[in-house]
Amino acid sequence: MIEIINLTKSFNGHPVLREANLTIKDGETMVIIGRSGGGKTVLLKHMIGLMSPDGGQVFVDGQEVSRLKGEALAQLRLTFGMLFQGAALFDSLSVGENVAFPLREHTSLKEAQVADRVRECLELVGLKGIEAMKPAELSGGMKKRVGLARALVFQPRVILYDEPTTGVDPIMADAINRLIKELHDRLKVTAVAVTHDMVSAYKIADRIAMLHEGRIVQVGTPEEIRCTTNPLVRRFVLGSSEDEKT
Amino acid sequence: MESSKGRFLSGLSEKIALPLGEWALAFFGYVGGAAILLWNAGRGILALPWGRWAGEGLLPWRWKRLLQDRKLSMVVEQMEKVGVHSLPLVFLTSLFTGMVLALQTAYQLQKISAELYIGSLVALSMTRELGPVLTALVVAGRVGAGITAEMGTMRVTEQIDALEVLATDPVRHLATPRFLALLVMLPLLTIYADLIGMLGGYLVGVYKLGIGSSLYVNMTWDSLKFKDVSTGLLKAVVFATIIATIAAYEGFETKEGAEGVGRSTTLSVVISFILIITADCLITALFYFVFP
Repeated sequence: MIEIINLTKSFNGHPVLREANLTIKDGETMVIIGRSGGGKTVLLKHMIGLMSPDGGQVFVDGQEVSRLKGEALAQLRLTFGMLFQGAALFDSLSVGENVAFPLREHTSLKEAQVADRVRECLELVGLKGIEAMKPAELSGGMKKRVGLARALVFQPRVILYDEPTTGVDPIMADAINRLIKELHDRLKVTAVAVTHDMVSAYKIADRIAMLHEGRIVQVGTPEEIRCTTNPLVRRFVLGSSEDEKT
Repeated sequence: MESSKGRFLSGLSEKIALPLGEWALAFFGYVGGAAILLWNAGRGILALPWGRWAGEGLLPWRWKRLLQDRKLSMVVEQMEKVGVHSLPLVFLTSLFTGMVLALQTAYQLQKISAELYIGSLVALSMTRELGPVLTALVVAGRVGAGITAEMGTMRVTEQIDALEVLATDPVRHLATPRFLALLVMLPLLTIYADLIGMLGGYLVGVYKLGIGSSLYVNMTWDSLKFKDVSTGLLKAVVFATIIATIAAYEGFETKEGAEGVGRSTTLSVVISFILIITADCLITALFYFVFP
């Protein structure tokens, strides 16, 4: 379970999160929606200790993330997988070396076992036999899927997705959505995704939370969000740039 | 109502004290951040599996495993980038510097018919001063900028975040191999620069100014003391630390996309240059006044 309590964070005096509160249950897929630049990624990065809060706390299974250091933090991070917005593949390494990276860093598996596991994870995301390619040779959608394979290789319990469908064509976006859903059903992981793509949000979410001006303004099932009466959420969901006339 | 004196004082504090305070905070933040990075990268060097490498290095049948060691191959790769690939540039710089030194001193020494001292002058200038400093400047421009640009790009494309998420310490993974490579390769490049500089002086002295070959070699060799070379190498070690620390720190602290990478790369070279020249002056003064 991930609990975010009164999380506050500002950059250069500009507040991005103001007392955000959110609880993510084990095994659910939570989608956080909100405007671009609204602090969604910042919220996500607090869950894995990449940023430390100005105020408030983040608990993962009862441990306060910002108080963890060294080995304890590393142990926690190994139970997470994260897909970055631009995939963040190491461009000095090949695709295979990228996916194998956590295994080589943290286990003493034999090379043959590493290669098996890498192949397995690449197959899971629908990419077979591209181990020898360099990230620079891949398209945006392929990079994201390799990034996902790298996030999956250590069998995480929680997967964080930062804008999984941004910057790829609609068909690839649908493929990625289906992949996220499939992984969730098959591996029973907890998933947290941030996105401003409502199609994707409806497709993958068990629950949706709307982040607006640094606060979570509504949490609900996709159906509840679709029929919401909250004007802020309504505007975002319908994609309207003007205030609704009543 | 506020008195005019009060307004003057508050204006003063706003216009001068506030920016000064912010500048001081930024300055100490920079020094502190760089010092912490240096400390952590240094601890990373000590934490490398030296014992195992030495053990495997002594047993020829384990060499294959040693060659496959990931950490060792990362260090070796950096050494190649820092050292081997800098050889042509260092060669050119030192050769021409040696030649110019010989010509310029000849211009002076001819007046008192003391051209035979050209060899000594070139040798001492190269080993004590120009070898270490020119090599460090060349390496700061070539390698330091490269390190900052590479690590800065990794920062803005979230690759450094990705390392952290994969529970890998970015300092140990990225900075430590580069620190070690610079600490080993810069002194070696300096020795190489010293020799090439003396060769340049020899070419001018013997083939252009007509000094006898063996006389020139003797004048070079006899004037050199161990201390001349060793202080030069000490400088090289200090310069290597400066280049590695500044380059890695600027890389890690990069923000705001491509423009940010450009800015930190420029800053990396500028700050390294200033610190190298300053440290050179301090070390030279130290050996002149304190340990003559």
